[in-house]
This record gives sequence, C-alpha cells and structure tokens, in this order.
Amino acid sequence: MVAVMTELPGTPDLRHSLGDRRALRNTVLTVLLWVVAVGAAVPLVSVLYMLITRGGARLGTALFTQLPPAGLEMGGGFGNAVVGTLVIVALATLISVPFGILGGVFLGFVAPESKLADATRFIAKVLTGFPSILAGVFVYASLVLWMGTYSALAGGVALAVLMLPTIMLTSEQSIRMVPQRMKDAAFGMGCTETQAMLRVVLPTATPGILTGVMLAVAGAAGNSAPLLFTALFSNYWISSLGEPTASLAILIYNFSGMPFPNQIELAWAASLVLVLIVLAFNVLSRLISARRV
Amino acid sequence: MSVLDIARPATDYVAPQKTVAAAAIDARISEIHYGKFLAVRDTNIAIEKNKITGFIGPSGCGKSTVLRSLNRMNDLIPSFRLEGQVQFLGQDIYARNIDPVVVRRHIGMVFQQPNPFSMSIFENVAFGLRLNRYKGDYKQRVEYALRRAGLWDEVKDKLKENGLALSGGQQQRLCIARAIATEPTVLLMDEPCSALDPIATRIIEELMLDLKKDYTVAIVTHNMQQAMRVADTTAFFSVDISRGGRTGFLCEAGDTEQIFHDPKQDLTKRYISGEFS
Repeated sequence: MVAVMTELPGTPDLRHSLGDRRALRNTVLTVLLWVVAVGAAVPLVSVLYMLITRGGARLGTALFTQLPPAGLEMGGGFGNAVVGTLVIVALATLISVPFGILGGVFLGFVAPESKLADATRFIAKVLTGFPSILAGVFVYASLVLWMGTYSALAGGVALAVLMLPTIMLTSEQSIRMVPQRMKDAAFGMGCTETQAMLRVVLPTATPGILTGVMLAVAGAAGNSAPLLFTALFSNYWISSLGEPTASLAILIYNFSGMPFPNQIELAWAASLVLVLIVLAFNVLSRLISARRV
Repeated sequence: MSVLDIARPATDYVAPQKTVAAAAIDARISEIHYGKFLAVRDTNIAIEKNKITGFIGPSGCGKSTVLRSLNRMNDLIPSFRLEGQVQFLGQDIYARNIDPVVVRRHIGMVFQQPNPFSMSIFENVAFGLRLNRYKGDYKQRVEYALRRAGLWDEVKDKLKENGLALSGGQQQRLCIARAIATEPTVLLMDEPCSALDPIATRIIEELMLDLKKDYTVAIVTHNMQQAMRVADTTAFFSVDISRGGRTGFLCEAGDTEQIFHDPKQDLTKRYISGEFS
C-alpha cells in the first residue's frame, strides 16, 4: 500500500484508487456478486417466461369449467383438477393447522425446556426435509390400503404430514417471539396460563403463525409425489372425499408425458395455474406478516 | 369485586411487634431463595393503606424481588421459594389454599418496561374487566381508568389504535390504567419510570400522588429523589455479602422524612449521602 502524496506534505490522499488492494478486492467482489446474482436469476426467470408464453396461450375460462379431454379429443380443461387441488389442500390445512399450532404452543410456551419438546423439535426439523414421496407411501400403507381406495381424504392426510412440521416450527418461533414482558403483564393481571395463552400470546403471535401456515400451504399445493399414492387421479368432478380425486400436480405429470399436443398444451396451462395459486398464497403470507406491529 | 374471602383472618397469624394500624400488606419474610441462592433475608415490612411506600437501595439488594413477592409474581420462576408470611388484609397469600392467580387480581402490578398488549387501547384497559367477567358498562369503566391515569384526553379519539403505537410515557400510563381498571386494592410498581424521560416521569409521579387517595401503592425506585417526592414511607434495602453471595435485606424503614433526614442505621446514612449506590 503506497500512499501517493500529491498535495502538501502531511495531507492524506483521500481519492479513489484501484491501486489500493483493499479497494481492488472490494470492486472485484462486488462485480462477482452481481454476476452470480444475475446467473441465479436466469433459470428462475426463464422458467416463469416459458410458463407464461406456453401456458398463457390456453388461459381462459374453459380451463376451469371443462373436464380433461380424452385421447385425440380437442379442447377441454382441468376444472376438476383445480377443484381437487383446492379440496385436498383445504383438507390438509384442516388437519395440520390445529395439530401444528397446538404443537407449537407446547414447544414455545407450555414446556419449551422439556425432554419431550426437545425430541419433538428435533423430529419436526428432520421431517421438514422429509422426501415427500415417503409421505405418500406412508399414507398409502396406513390409510389407502385400509380404506381400500384412493381418495381425496388420503391425499389431504399425506399433504398434512408434510405441512405439520413447518406449521409447528413456525408457530413455535412466533410464540417465542412474543416478548416476555407481555407475558408478565398477562400474569400480572391475573391470567391463568390458559388465559395468558389464549388472550395474549396467541393473538400476538397470530400474524407469524398465519405466515407459516400460508408457506406450508403453498409448499403442499405444488407437491405431486405424495398424491400419486393417495389421491391418484380422476377424469370427473369430485363427488365425495372417499374417491380418487384429480389434482393439478398429477394432471401435469400425466399430460406432459402424453403424445398428444392438446394434452401437452393443457399441462403447460395447468403448470401456470398451479404456479399462480402458489404465488397467491406466498403473496398472502407476505401481506399478513407485513401487518405485524 | 371481592373474590378473596377477606372476612376470615388466618388463625395462626402472629401479631407483629409494632402493630401497624392500617396495613394492606404485612410481609414477614425470613428468606427468599432462587434455588440454592439466598436472595433476600429478614425483611419485615408493612405497606400501609392509602399511602405510597417506596423501596430504595443499591442494585441487587432484593427490592424488586420483595415487591414481586407481594403478589406472587415470583411464583413464575420455578426455583423461587419463600419462607415467611405475606399477610394481605389478614390472609397469608402464601398459605397452601391460596390461588396466586386470584391474588394477582387484587394486587396489581406495573412493570419497569411499559408492556401494553398488542391490541387496541380500549381492549388493553378492558382486559382485566373481561378477565373478571365484569358485567357493567365497559365504556364507562375504561374511560374512568384512562382519566385516572391522565391519558384520556390524549387517546379519547383513537381508542381503537394499537396500544403499542403510543409513546413510552403514554404506554406506561396505559399500563397503569389497565392495572387500575379492575380496582385492585394494592398497586405494585417496579421502577415504573426508569425507562421514561423526565417529563413523563413527572406525570407518572403526580399520578401516583393522586392514586393513593383510592389505592395503596408500593414502588421500587432507583432514584432517591423520586422516593423523597412521592413516598410517605420509605424502606431502605441493602446487600449483605458476608456469606459469599449477594443477599438483600431490609435495613431500615420509616417515614420518608425520617429516613432521609434522620436515618437510624449507619448504612442508610451512607447510602442517602451518596457514598455508594
């Protein structure tokens, strides 16, 4: 490092200089970061671009009102798959949210230090990285074989298994983030533990919990592997929870491998719709968490 | 709103040597432990009705611990153990058959850090009323509590706004309103002004002087001038390090005037004169 004195002796040189090793390293790293960031964005943007150009072509109301076409038939849609996805995800949410939040309450408030909590937390963390196809196999073995049929219910349970750890861990986090002084205030006012939980801790933690739920829903909605063994597929509208049910993820899986251009087009459109649904839940979760005080 | 049966005095109550005419709380604490740690010893103090009792003393002298023992807030710390009695209107609140939750509904608390709930200003004040299943006019009670806390004029047009949106001093007055809405007999204040600026502090002090007409107040303060300004009775706590740990004890208690101008104990004299803090 050589300081070049251009002014009067004793005046430090404050100008930019690439000759300085510190400044040089800074510049190189900044440029490198930009290159890598743009590089990372390329596949993301190109996937979206492809979805929009190839799936967008077929976008219209027919997609949501008509049933999937057979073989060489033209036109058609995947209304039953949209409804099926929504039903299965709703079932999964109904099952996983109560258990997830109650589990989070236990981990974050009732007995955070207990051995049971440590074990549960560890297992939940392992399960967040659980291969989703195993959730399908698990429910296939435990529910589908027992019921004797593939069903929306089994699909919902399989997705619930995947959603549960996420909801439980984010609930625990949000409950722990409620400041201790707020809990003190609740007890100081003469709350029992249950009252402190229901009246102060849970309401304060609600935005965080909802964010976790939305993220879990978004993750589950796009999952196809667990549904292969549980909800299977159907070419008809859903009429009960106890029968094979169509879903967007499986429709994409089935149609994309078919030799008919019409079905392949529909698979693209279904991909776009699925991405839009997932995006909607993500946006919703952002809106909810932004409302936090 | 009496939930406690205060008509029946405990029969095993030993009368204090110096009878205090009208004590709301009469604490005779011989020891307070946190696990193996002896935090406080030998502290006998009476909190007289409709007066302000100030707890002063150096850091770690156990004044907050003693204050929190008066409404069983310390029970929330699992290793806490108290030996002795704390008589509240003739009942030992540490007796086996006493529910600490009920005790806290009669002996309210205001904390060092303002801690409103993340809900509307109105709901913050109505919180204790709802907890006690109050059947009367909520609007009237909330307005009364906010007026007593000197906050009404500042918040009457924004009762639906979140309590956390207020300034620190306003939040603390909101907490006072929340505490007095249920008309507790005693109000415990744990350094209520330490997080506030001098103007907000002044407002809270005036508020305390007004509140003692209807309530009994005990306040922990780190600020001797504050004790002089507001307290009728002052209790000076000190630290005993002779047994290895830091054990707090009540060194001297009496009229504020006497404690500050004619302290009986040498330790008190030295603390008052600013020799240690």
